[in-house]
Amino acid sequence: MFTHPLSLVIWTPIVAGLLVLATGGDQRASLARWLALAGAVAGFLVSVPLFTDFDNLNAGMQFVESRPWIESLNINYHLGVDGISMLFIVLNSFTTLMVVLAGWEVIEKRVAQYMAAFLIMSGLINGAFAALDAILFYVFFEGMLIPMYLIIGVWGGPRRVYASIKFFLYTLLGSLLMLVAFIYLYFQAGKSFDILAFHDLKIAMSVQILLFIAFFLSFAVKVPMWPVHTWLPDAHVEAPTGGSMVLAAITLKIGAYGFLRFALPILPDASIELAPIMVGLSLVAVVYIGLVALVQTDMKKLVAYSSISHMGFVTLGLFMFVGSDLNVWAIEGAIVQMVSHGFVSAGMFMCIGVMYDRVHSRNIADYGGVANKMPIFAALMMLFGMANSGLPATSGFVGEFMVIMGAVQVNFWYAFAAATTLIFGAAYTLWMYKRVIFGDVGNHHVAEMKDVNKREFLVLALLGLAVLGMGLYPQAFVEKMHLSVNDLIAHVAQSKL
Amino acid sequence: MDMKSLYLLIALSPLAGSLIAGLFGWAIGRRAAHVVTILGVAVSAALSLKVLHGFLTGEASVFNEAVYTWLTVGGMEFSVGFLVDTLTAMMMVVVSFVSLMVHIYTIGYMQEDPGYQRFFSYISLFTFSMLMLVMSNNFIQLFFGWEAVGLVSYLLIGFWFKRPTAIFANLKAFLVNRVGDFGFLLGIGLVLAHFGGSLNYSDVFAAAPGLANATIAIFPGVEWSLMTVTCILLFVGAMGKSAQFPLHVWLPDSMEGPTPISALIHAATMVTAGLFMVSRMSPLFELSDTALNFIMVVGSITALFMGFLGIIQNDIKRVVAYSTLSQLGYMTVALGASAYSIAMFHVMTHAFFKALLFLAAGSVIIGMHHDQDMRNMGGLRKYMPITWITSLLGSLALIGTPFFSGFYSKDSIIEAVHASNLAASGFAYFAVVAGVFVTAFYSFRMYFLVFHGKERWMENHGSHHEHHGDHDDEEPSGDHHHGLGPNDKPHESPWVVTLPLVVLAIPSVMIGYFAIEPLLYGDFFKGVIVVNSEAHPAMAELAHEFHGAAAMGVHALQTMVFWLAVAGVALAWFFYMKAPHIPAAIKQRFAVIDRVLENKYYMDDLYFNLFAKGSRALGTFFWKVGDMLLIDGLVVNGSAKLVGFFSGVVRKLQTGFIYSYATTMIVGVLALMTLWFAQLIF
Repeated sequence: MFTHPLSLVIWTPIVAGLLVLATGGDQRASLARWLALAGAVAGFLVSVPLFTDFDNLNAGMQFVESRPWIESLNINYHLGVDGISMLFIVLNSFTTLMVVLAGWEVIEKRVAQYMAAFLIMSGLINGAFAALDAILFYVFFEGMLIPMYLIIGVWGGPRRVYASIKFFLYTLLGSLLMLVAFIYLYFQAGKSFDILAFHDLKIAMSVQILLFIAFFLSFAVKVPMWPVHTWLPDAHVEAPTGGSMVLAAITLKIGAYGFLRFALPILPDASIELAPIMVGLSLVAVVYIGLVALVQTDMKKLVAYSSISHMGFVTLGLFMFVGSDLNVWAIEGAIVQMVSHGFVSAGMFMCIGVMYDRVHSRNIADYGGVANKMPIFAALMMLFGMANSGLPATSGFVGEFMVIMGAVQVNFWYAFAAATTLIFGAAYTLWMYKRVIFGDVGNHHVAEMKDVNKREFLVLALLGLAVLGMGLYPQAFVEKMHLSVNDLIAHVAQSKL
Repeated sequence: MDMKSLYLLIALSPLAGSLIAGLFGWAIGRRAAHVVTILGVAVSAALSLKVLHGFLTGEASVFNEAVYTWLTVGGMEFSVGFLVDTLTAMMMVVVSFVSLMVHIYTIGYMQEDPGYQRFFSYISLFTFSMLMLVMSNNFIQLFFGWEAVGLVSYLLIGFWFKRPTAIFANLKAFLVNRVGDFGFLLGIGLVLAHFGGSLNYSDVFAAAPGLANATIAIFPGVEWSLMTVTCILLFVGAMGKSAQFPLHVWLPDSMEGPTPISALIHAATMVTAGLFMVSRMSPLFELSDTALNFIMVVGSITALFMGFLGIIQNDIKRVVAYSTLSQLGYMTVALGASAYSIAMFHVMTHAFFKALLFLAAGSVIIGMHHDQDMRNMGGLRKYMPITWITSLLGSLALIGTPFFSGFYSKDSIIEAVHASNLAASGFAYFAVVAGVFVTAFYSFRMYFLVFHGKERWMENHGSHHEHHGDHDDEEPSGDHHHGLGPNDKPHESPWVVTLPLVVLAIPSVMIGYFAIEPLLYGDFFKGVIVVNSEAHPAMAELAHEFHGAAAMGVHALQTMVFWLAVAGVALAWFFYMKAPHIPAAIKQRFAVIDRVLENKYYMDDLYFNLFAKGSRALGTFFWKVGDMLLIDGLVVNGSAKLVGFFSGVVRKLQTGFIYSYATTMIVGVLALMTLWFAQLIF
């Protein structure tokens, strides 16, 4: 149908974003909204063929495009996806649609700019996942920070300046080192920024360790891994609902994707060497952050910490080595967990946003008995809460289950520590649910709450269907990634020394 | 219809009912909601009976097939699928039949509740989940059903979500169950890791005998039996779901939910899931005496010590709840004695008579206008004859009166423990025999307090408002007054309530007599439940001594166990009918013991202070000290200050004069060029 589907998923939302921006000021806000919706729908529709036309029996890169970009430096506009990155492009395009709907009438000031920021960011994120040229990746990877920085800084809460600067500095620090690593690899690869060429380089152990540290600083901040996670709760608290949704659903995934695409295949020996540290940090994230989430008084902070804890499962799954072999359960579990977390966290932040729009508070203590006034909302939030607690038949279960199953095969105590999330995850999620949703009507603000409107219902229901669908039939997602994951495992098993 | 479609229909028709009532209940109204859900469950019940009938007549054969592939990993397929054999068929009938009775009963019990449709949706969802659990042919689907019934239990305990006690109880129930699931999931992990990479029962059971002597180094250098570790972890899951000590604490509090669910979920079906699971896994558990001993000890403690707590309860539902805990302990002891078939037999008889007792308690509560305090009852037999007679039958079954269903199953458990040769069987035998007396005492204490003696609601009217927290079934609308006034009379409940009582009373009385021989000594469970008769000869010994159900009943009249039960009933009669001042005096005399029992051995307080408060304290510490003080305070803001310091230095260099900038640029360019040349040269 399309000759360049990857270019299409990158440029459709960006062009749409620029068009939205052109509508100008808030006197044409309505036009901006509809135009943004059309752009988001188009962006999602052009991403669907990536999923449906994807060849499960092909382990290589698909939908490849390549043409020179900066010829003097051998930098190419080189795109392609495998069964891993393709999923995130579809997830991102879906999330963008949700975000446009979520911000519909909630955002009243600078509507066009708000919508445009999300659309442009969506295209840049797709670019980061599709890029097969390191500089192209770097440009998209850095470029997507700018709209997010603006979203928090312009439409954020009272401490938005602090949060956005913290976000920017934190994430910028690491990415500069990543650029240095890319330049080193460029020379090693005979002046090529081709990521797939990087995968075949022989690199000495000491250099591998240094490069791993460079990648780690860049990607661990994004994930975020403990102890470089403290920017995330602040960013979430200040970000508008849509910003939180994209941040949790997509932006965090880029960090984990970086480990998958760069650190593991390029530096397998360093990865094996440092895996115990990565596992340790991941388990700290699961347990320590799980406990921190328990005592949060701010709903968004709670879900932010819960995100860090869930992302701990991802990094745990990625570094589950037996000898030089990655565990297939753990790797696929990590990827499933990433996609699932995209749906679940977006749903959780949407729920908090729905309540915030009515009461203008994120404090748990300012609520109580919301179910009395918003029964449909309460039922939907129960679904996301249960998914967040990892209940079977929701997507939240599948990834955690797979990673735990992989962990038992590697080391019983890894699994033991990871499985505590069954208890902590349920504890912090359902305790919050109890205090916010259950009980008698807490105060007059709650008494005035109205149940979800059609737009809110649509967003929550679509995310809810995705959560259930992935929980009941994860095979639809997993079968796409099998060959790519096998390829990765085979690749990592070969020493690059 | 082929068998797969039949089983799909059995499992999915309650789900369909649940979805219709849940999603469209607002549109279709109350009547349509209960009609559609009852229809769904009735289809399941009728077809389950047909399936069981097929097995009894020998027409049906074991069904073990996948329905759809849920996941493939590493080349292995993990499917949703059904395993239907005699064990499953029996559970399917018990679940769907009791559920059907509870559905009908609910029409009467919940008629004034605004959440009527929601309630029907939940209990049908429960039926679906429980059927998926028992019909599963693999561990993943088992875990799905396991967690799904936990979810519905959570939703139903907190059904009246305005009540602080209810939403505390449901959170507690979910989290305590999650502690069990934590062990269960790790057990499943060990199965996947060491039993050949499959999670299908048939593959795992086939691999198990070869692994009987396999070891695993959980701690480096210490080799433990793989089978023991796996079985104990799996059993930890059963301890949560089947409320075994020390994970039993959630079950008494679950009485905060409406009474129909106490009958269905927290007595008859869901809490037996753990026992079902262990029976299903008998090929694994048979290979570990250590695990069986562990199970027996846990069951014995539960059977005896939870019985004690039943003695001092005043809330009618709590008496039945503690009785349930104690009976679950009996079943667990039977599992430990390798008498899986007896455990399942007791699961079945108990399902009928305990559902009956709970629903009868609910009928009493309706009659008492939602007062649950037995101290305000008395003499109800005059006003509620059907409830009275069915309660009496249920109580007689519970205490093991010869020829009643409970007798056959419970006496068999005691005999099996007696015949067991495991190390823990001595203690277990003491516990289950002593438990007989305790059971008889608390059951008839309740019976006499409720149905006989003075009509105390007339005299004690002032007191029951003090016990507000104990009251069940507070209407969320809040316009419902509690208890009877001095001039009110209790009334018998409507037919939708009493019909299930009568229908449940029939199997409560009779099913033991008819089922014991085929179930325990016939080949009903042949090939389904595996017992290693050489290592665990209890069942074989029992079979040797069994000479028919009638002879067993007659023989029982001369045994100590029977007379212990009689003594329990007699003592209850004497204490609560003849000399009520004696229990009061005992209570005063042994105030310490009374306080320990009143506080449920202080386990709730221990858990709350240690685990709930402990994790919050730890979380606060990590947050305030780890995140805020160390990471943010020291490192992040520290580096920000460092940057500030350097920028201060840099600022001094920024003189604002073009020439100084130019100088810097030239120096920089020179430096870069030096580097460039250096690279070219070397």
